[in-house]
Amino acid sequence: MMWFNLAKAQSFMPTQGTAIAKQVDNLYGFLLITSFIACALVVGGMIYFVWKYRRKSPNDKTAYISHNTFLEFLWSFIPLVIFLGVFAWGWFVYHDMRSMPKNALEINVLGKQWAWEIEYKNGYKAVNEVVVPINQDVKLLLTSNDVIHSFYVPSFRIKQDAVPGRYTALWFRADKLGDFHIFCAEYCGTSHSGMIGKLKVVSREDFDKYLEQGQEERNLPLAKKGEKLFAVKACASCHSVDSPAVKVGPALYKKFGTEEVVDDGSKITVDENYIRESILDPNKHIVKGFPRGVMPTFQGQLNENELSALVEYIKELK
Amino acid sequence: MATTSAHHGDNYINHEKGLWSWLTTVDHKRIGLMYMMTVMFFFLVGGIMALLLRLELFAPNTAANVGQVLKNGDVYNQVLTYHGAIMVFMVIVPGIPAILGNFFLPLHIGAKDVAFPKINLASWYCFMAGAALAILTFFTKKIDTGWTFYTPYSIRTGTATVMMVLGAFIMGMSSILTGLNFIVTVHKLRAPGMTMHRMPLFVWALYSTAILQLLATPVLGITLLLLAVERIFGVGIFDPKLGGDPVLFQHFFWFYSHPAVYIMIIPAMGVVSELITTFSRKVIFGYTAIAYSSLGIAAVSFFVWGHHMFVSGQSETAGIIFSFLTMLVGVPTAIKMFNWVATIYKGSVSFDSPMLFALGFLFLFAIGGVTGIMLATLPIDVHFHDTYFVVAHFHYVMVGGTLMALMGGFYYWFPKMFGKMFNEAIARLSFVFIFIGFNVTFFPQFILGAMGMPRRYFDYIPAYETLNKVSTVGSWLILTGFLLGLYAIVQGIRKGEKAPMNPWNSKTLEWSTTSPPPHDNFAVEPIVTAGPYEYR
Repeated sequence: MMWFNLAKAQSFMPTQGTAIAKQVDNLYGFLLITSFIACALVVGGMIYFVWKYRRKSPNDKTAYISHNTFLEFLWSFIPLVIFLGVFAWGWFVYHDMRSMPKNALEINVLGKQWAWEIEYKNGYKAVNEVVVPINQDVKLLLTSNDVIHSFYVPSFRIKQDAVPGRYTALWFRADKLGDFHIFCAEYCGTSHSGMIGKLKVVSREDFDKYLEQGQEERNLPLAKKGEKLFAVKACASCHSVDSPAVKVGPALYKKFGTEEVVDDGSKITVDENYIRESILDPNKHIVKGFPRGVMPTFQGQLNENELSALVEYIKELK
Repeated sequence: MATTSAHHGDNYINHEKGLWSWLTTVDHKRIGLMYMMTVMFFFLVGGIMALLLRLELFAPNTAANVGQVLKNGDVYNQVLTYHGAIMVFMVIVPGIPAILGNFFLPLHIGAKDVAFPKINLASWYCFMAGAALAILTFFTKKIDTGWTFYTPYSIRTGTATVMMVLGAFIMGMSSILTGLNFIVTVHKLRAPGMTMHRMPLFVWALYSTAILQLLATPVLGITLLLLAVERIFGVGIFDPKLGGDPVLFQHFFWFYSHPAVYIMIIPAMGVVSELITTFSRKVIFGYTAIAYSSLGIAAVSFFVWGHHMFVSGQSETAGIIFSFLTMLVGVPTAIKMFNWVATIYKGSVSFDSPMLFALGFLFLFAIGGVTGIMLATLPIDVHFHDTYFVVAHFHYVMVGGTLMALMGGFYYWFPKMFGKMFNEAIARLSFVFIFIGFNVTFFPQFILGAMGMPRRYFDYIPAYETLNKVSTVGSWLILTGFLLGLYAIVQGIRKGEKAPMNPWNSKTLEWSTTSPPPHDNFAVEPIVTAGPYEYR
């Protein structure tokens, strides 16, 4: 087993956050070693032969060896056995990876351009942050709001596409406390590389506290609620709120009450109604200089109270 | 009649003169050269895109959606898409079959031309028309779907998916026509005595490739048409909003595109077989195994497409079956590697530049191969899928494999194609830069992938910075290598020494005619009495 450890040290794999990650790395370590040996044999053999049999005179005579059935059988059969062994080992680990545990903590994850929306069973929502208790089976139910995304946690060695129109799932049981990266691995457009989340593994007590706090947030003042929603709906991935710097769409900092030129040349005042319209029907009046069709509509996704909260929040960005 | 023939030169290049004579030629050799010019041009364009991507990735961005070199994420995604689409559809797929295959398939089997010379010309025009459409998108709304056109992104993006997809569709027609032409040529136009088992291995490789082109490309065509129909008429096929299934697109797409991977690599394997045997001056080891393993790879390659979709939501059972079948493709590929090394054994090896490229191929393809096995292993792929590990793997196979073979084959047949020799020292120097540069660029990407860096990323976390820097520096070495190669080629064509009929002492038929060959290939129809590699 020593050489597995050696291979692991060389493999640059991220921290192992789950037991499955260890299993994956053992298999990978085995593959690294066998691959290295295979390459050393083939390339080493090549280099040795090339040097040993380098041309010594322009009229060198060479051996006439057309084939050797036994050798050919051997070098077909041995790779086949290795490949099938690796396949079976892979199957074994993959089966564990794909067998959903019963009684797992279920969390819904919605991928959207360009953020992860997390919803717990009690209705608490978060964005780009999944908080889970340590040593607990967790099952994520994935889907997407627009295009295909892929939920990827390198430290857990898990990845699953979030496909619009259907649910996919993955599970893990974290055995290390700490923060781990969540990446989007399926290309999804402009901010694909910015769709980074955090998977936080905490103790059982901290997890319970986290959910309670989430409940309290429901009774916040309107603007605070708007701020929370602004984050949950990932508005911040395109609109900056603390400076006039443009990300993808117009910055909202100190925007309320100002006058904007829209792309048909007319002027429009940024008031409550324009904000409301921009959320529900974003392409109706596009601020000059910004492309159409980038911002998705939120029609049907927000209730009146939530709309008012967002408007109130944007009003107070000063 | 006598006067016209007096104007004709003694080889295919000066047989007729003027641009018009090239644009209307049905001579397979001239069509091969026309493909060469166009593919080289597209390679330049795709290469510039690659350099831009690497420059952008030299450092992580300091502000969200603002690039170091490219303006923003959208521009990066467009450059990425053009790099992929151009390199796949306009360089690697047509590369070896359309340039070297067109030129040498008839010469290899002692024929005057391909079976359907006019269809051959038509396929070049198809290729150009499709390429023109694809390039035109650049001047309209551009395209940002990635070369894979995954739905529903490709349906919803504001860019010119339909035009690009039609371009790829028309280029697919070109590929089908070439495949059809080669199959018929191999079956019907072999010279007397040229039995199937006396054909050079390059012909076997082209033949296997042609079967794939003919059978797989129509599926791509249909898929792309369905995509266009969905976008133009709103028919729900792939978009779940319209009741379609986005994963169905992936099945269709990879049903073509996995065999297409072998359309790209099998001809390269054929070229390498020629190079190894010639420059070892020794009969190829295991002719039958190599010939039939090409066919074997071609056959199995139709049933492994699902290994691109292990995390797409396909069932566990499907994943297991596709993993198993993928392992099987590894076997004939491994056989070829061993056969090539065994051919060198007890040979008389020279280190001319074509052989250097062939040896470079063996080295890089070995790494491409073993990492392929890793990716075929289910749980490992779950971690590596859509990371830089995959990017590194397919560049080792497509560039380290196909492009190295194309370069080696090009230098090998250069004297025959142009009747001139190239500057050997510069060609070798070019190899050294390409080979080292390639490893410096792409080996770090394996490590980046293992560390978890996803592909198609405009920006990355600081932990990935050092290796990205190394990779970018490598891309400049590759650039230097190809510029040197270009110089060797241009200088060789303009001022090279006159090439003898058979400078490398090869045994295949094309070397038994003059350099460059006459319009009709052979002064007298050759009669074949022995296998292709009779070094006794």
